[in-house]
Amino acid sequence: MTSGATTIEVRRLSPSASTIAIHGDITSGTEPALMDAYVQASDDATRSIVLDFSGLDYMNSGGIGLLVTLLVRVQRQGQHLLAFGLSEHYRQIFELTRLDDAIGIHDTAAAALAAAGA
Amino acid sequence: MTTETGKPSGDSIEATPSAPTPSAPTPSAPTKASNWAAPVSRLEVGAVPTAALNLNVAGRRLAGPVQGFGQLWQKTYRVRLTGADVTPQAVIRTWKEHFGDFWPKGNHFYGPLTSLQPGEVALLDLALPGKMTLSTGVLVIFADDESFAFMTPEGHQFASFITFSSFADDAVPVVQIQALLRASDPLYELSMPIVAQRTEDRFWNDTLQALAAHFGVTGTTVEMQRVCVDRRRQWRYAGNIRQNAAIRTTLHRLTHPKAWFHHRGDA
Repeated sequence: MTSGATTIEVRRLSPSASTIAIHGDITSGTEPALMDAYVQASDDATRSIVLDFSGLDYMNSGGIGLLVTLLVRVQRQGQHLLAFGLSEHYRQIFELTRLDDAIGIHDTAAAALAAAGA
Repeated sequence: MTTETGKPSGDSIEATPSAPTPSAPTPSAPTKASNWAAPVSRLEVGAVPTAALNLNVAGRRLAGPVQGFGQLWQKTYRVRLTGADVTPQAVIRTWKEHFGDFWPKGNHFYGPLTSLQPGEVALLDLALPGKMTLSTGVLVIFADDESFAFMTPEGHQFASFITFSSFADDAVPVVQIQALLRASDPLYELSMPIVAQRTEDRFWNDTLQALAAHFGVTGTTVEMQRVCVDRRRQWRYAGNIRQNAAIRTTLHRLTHPKAWFHHRGDA
């Protein structure tokens, strides 16, 4: 992966849950890739989308806005958005921006997947 | 499509923001913890300038688009500083140091005397139609060399994130304001199609025109884009009206006329 690049990987965990793993940066420039990933991750049976931030290198305020936009799309489909793998620093940013009011934050993949019912 | 050894197969999407686009300034350096404000449960306000009114900020929680009532809008305002010999970093440095100086007349930004830094709270007086004033504030949640961002407190007209950035596009410095916002409560939402949207657009248009003029660029056009990201209203946040800063500021004005005239006289 080149510097400054972002790789987003979609994995179907079960008929009702998918994971979107983000490696690299989240800025407003990541929007097309993240929204494409969401389209791949979601279908009529999907009830939970789990974001894997284990590979997150950088996020700015534009990235926070992008996550709000994703949250709206997920909620519009009647789905839940969960996350795991956040470093302490980014966990604090979710707390600061109050995204953790709407995105379920979990310590581990297992906890997030259990919450997702996967 | 890639498959990682030992993991379930999945689809992989590459996003390589190699060149800045108007909506996608590229980070220039890895993030540092100091670029972001520390979490705060309730806002605290330090020394209050004589002319400022700390009625709707101290003790309030932050409220972003998740906590707002109205439809979700993404609004982008952008101006090109064609002919200006200035770097995006220099634009942001100037903007952070003189943020309120570029605001339209009648509006006041009581920020730090030096430069905006993450974690700082600024008090605001915003002029509303009908000679009303909205006293509220913002928290600087993020700042680096190429951008900075605010988040609003409960009671503010908008539950929002707003990012101010600068980047080069074809060697031309571009300045951008991007807000992601919901009206905080039903009363504010009612005013959105009538006056609030236009007032907001005019406010940031005039701000960008003033900033451009500071760098010697006059008569330029501010591009505006308004996208409704979510048409639904979040009725569970209708009770936000209890903290409506416009109502509280107006009531304060009516019940403290002497203080108000003193306050305005110093402003």
